[in-house]
Amino acid sequence: MTLLGTRIPASLSLMLWFIVWELVGRAKLSTIFPPFSQVVVAGITVLPSEKFLRAVEISLRSFAIGMALALLIGIPTGVLMARVESVGRVFGTWVNIFVSAPISALVPILMGVIGIGEGTVVVTVFLFAVFVIILDVQVGTKKADRSLVEMARSFGAQRYQIYTKVLILSALPEILAGVRLGAIRGVKGVVIGQLLISIIGIGELFELYSKHFLMEEFWALVILVFAFAFLMSEAIAFLERRVEYYASAR
Amino acid sequence: MLADTIVEVAGLGKTYEAGVEALKDVTLGFARGKLSTLLGPSGCGKTTLLKIIGGLIPPTAGEVRVEGKKVDGPGPERAFVFQDFALLPWANVLRNVAFGLELRGVPQDQREEVARKQIAEVGLAGFETSYPHQLSGGMRQRVGLARALAVDAHIILMDEPFSSVDEQTRRKFQEDLLDLLRHQQKTVLFVTHSIEEAAYLSDQIVLLTPRPGTLSRIIHPDIERGRKSSDEIRRDKNYLDTVDEIWQILKQYVA
Repeated sequence: MTLLGTRIPASLSLMLWFIVWELVGRAKLSTIFPPFSQVVVAGITVLPSEKFLRAVEISLRSFAIGMALALLIGIPTGVLMARVESVGRVFGTWVNIFVSAPISALVPILMGVIGIGEGTVVVTVFLFAVFVIILDVQVGTKKADRSLVEMARSFGAQRYQIYTKVLILSALPEILAGVRLGAIRGVKGVVIGQLLISIIGIGELFELYSKHFLMEEFWALVILVFAFAFLMSEAIAFLERRVEYYASAR
Repeated sequence: MLADTIVEVAGLGKTYEAGVEALKDVTLGFARGKLSTLLGPSGCGKTTLLKIIGGLIPPTAGEVRVEGKKVDGPGPERAFVFQDFALLPWANVLRNVAFGLELRGVPQDQREEVARKQIAEVGLAGFETSYPHQLSGGMRQRVGLARALAVDAHIILMDEPFSSVDEQTRRKFQEDLLDLLRHQQKTVLFVTHSIEEAAYLSDQIVLLTPRPGTLSRIIHPDIERGRKSSDEIRRDKNYLDTVDEIWQILKQYVA
């Protein structure tokens, strides 16, 4: 971004918004928006509290398990769908339906089936993340260089070697894009799952803060969740750019 | 068949699923230690023939025998050099050249030693840690050749290896190839659509007719290559006669 010929760092625009926020808060236009400085103070006091740390721990654990399942199941499914025509046809329609479906609507049903607890959140994260991962992996594997596969075969590659040494690596840019989108959706899954259950983790805190009108704490938590999702997505995007560099010759 | 025939092709035919007949009743032999080119107009099935010999696609009629054994897939005695190089973009030159050995489970230090040697043989010493996209087309194909040499196959199958390489690089590459292969005693099967390239390189030229590809003629150019320089060969009467003879045959297929 440039203004009057000088380059302005991206973080400055963020600062600008925080200043606007501060002014709006000070003007007491709405009780929903406390001044930004008070949100920061609330954040600093809440962060080390045991309740908060436990909420983070539970949330991170649900997220990690859900994402791990989504990757473990999503990547092989995507590869299979690309390589085996019948598998692609059987699952293709379902994946396409679910990737655009509002999964949140299923959470109440999951609560009924799995129970009100961490399990439901894990499954929610999984469902939020897995379909976009499957879809991207499938596209990546389909796009993978056929001549590389032929080359590997000509040098006597075993079937598993074609997957591990050629297909997966060739599809890595798309796989990582799928992982990034899946992870972003996974964060939504944690928050939405916990909000609907509203007795565990970050969701419980959100519920608690908004019910008792603790707006400073509420916003501090929002900023934290946003920052987490953003930083994770950036970290994966950084990996993606490294991979793109090597895949640039495709 | 000759006693030292290393590749025998008998009654070979290939009809693709869509009903396209690419090859029909091709029978011929390739001599050990010689360079043979498969030449013909576009769509004459020369690449199909090479890939069947390589075991990459199955024939629908007839069979191929390599060193007396029927081909039913790729084998360690055959190595392929691809038209589009088919290098792993995420791997450096060293790993690309060692890839055939990596697939066979050769330990890393051993396969890298072999790879380094072959990289030097094809004139790429110093580029071991470069990535394919940092190399020119000619250099990439040298990597492809080094990879084929690294697995120590008796037969090198080359599918239009110079078609994505500019003309100057191509000439130099052809000369280097002749030197290298004579030195290493390899049998080479080479697909090309260039008459000059075929006449310049080959001990045997196999001419195919357009679709479906059948055997048109086999020419054994009588060019004394021994100590002649490349420019002398290109002015040699037999070389020029061979080029003309091929052109007289091929021209009837060109619409």
